[in-house]
Amino acid sequence: MTEIKTAEELNKKYLREGMWPTIFCNGCGNGVVLEYTFWALEELGWDMDKVVFVSGIGCSSRLPGYINADGLHTTHGRALAFATGIKAANPDLNVIVFTGDGDCAGIGGNHFIHAARRNIDMTVIMINNFIYGMTGGQLAPTTPFGSIATTAPYGNIEHPFDICNLAKALGANYVARWTVTHPYQPIKSLKRALQKKGFSLVEFLAPCPTAYGRRNKLGDIKKLWKWYEDHTILLEDYERIMSYGSEEEKEAMKDMFPIGVFQDIDKPGFFEEYQKLVARLMGKNNKKTAETEAVIKK
Amino acid sequence: MIVVNEDWCKGCNLCIERCPVNALEESDTINRRGVRPPRLKEVNECNCCRLCELVCPDFAITVIPEEKKKDVKKPLLRSPVGGINR
Repeated sequence: MTEIKTAEELNKKYLREGMWPTIFCNGCGNGVVLEYTFWALEELGWDMDKVVFVSGIGCSSRLPGYINADGLHTTHGRALAFATGIKAANPDLNVIVFTGDGDCAGIGGNHFIHAARRNIDMTVIMINNFIYGMTGGQLAPTTPFGSIATTAPYGNIEHPFDICNLAKALGANYVARWTVTHPYQPIKSLKRALQKKGFSLVEFLAPCPTAYGRRNKLGDIKKLWKWYEDHTILLEDYERIMSYGSEEEKEAMKDMFPIGVFQDIDKPGFFEEYQKLVARLMGKNNKKTAETEAVIKK
Repeated sequence: MIVVNEDWCKGCNLCIERCPVNALEESDTINRRGVRPPRLKEVNECNCCRLCELVCPDFAITVIPEEKKKDVKKPLLRSPVGGINR
């Protein structure tokens, strides 16, 4: 077993300490997601020179700047496109994408759909705070029905996007949703997602006290973090209630978020298939050249 | 024992709220942001579970097990995901 590190040693190894403290607001969940990622990487014991962090634009997308590893801060919504390029250029690298809900589900929605469909070998960590936090709290595609936002001052009348079920339908290899308030399951889940070949998505429900909690009267930081615990339910329990529960129980599930592992399969990834294709065609070509040479010799 | 990097603390007090044995409190001193960073209480039951480390969004807390007490079973440094360093 490897040596267990204290937090200070962990920070020395993974943080670009000159950049700290972060610009995140007080009580923001982004830092906690970063901490869980570090513990997952520490458990795996990966070489940090072989890990690349990619991000788009947004609060969560500032995270690669704080990590002592190679990172790419790209244009809004296009993090997955850049990540695909990195993986295509050098398949030895482990690509981790930090992205927000506006970045991944809103502006980069189609990139997300096609990256998941093609099963490209990368780990996407989507931090969902229900709002466009950095630009001042505009309505995001994941904002729950009825919430208040700057661009929806009388309540949101749109229905939110369920990214996990979308990724599941697209056949991503690993899909999970967790909140930042439960520490232990997400670390194990992240470890699994990082090891997985093919597309893996881990969605984090992270509190945004400044742009979301304050406008929706969810209280101070402690109450907001408690709200996340009260409004989430394990996926297994959720499914049991939806199939066998009474009408009242089903009604109570309406504003709950199921958390847990949505999908865990082993489908060959895009680059695996691509290498197989190259090997097959190279074999064919070699055969052809041999035949031609034989004909010429005759 | 916990060590707090006072310059990084933003004063969300989530560590104090979430400590399972209620071992933390606000300190008397104010850091340069004008918030009171956490500290261990004089009398505490800290068992080095490292939850405060994990829950701190600003990486400000480090838990270090004390090795002085001989009569008490030595608290060991645990990994947050299970397993004890031997």
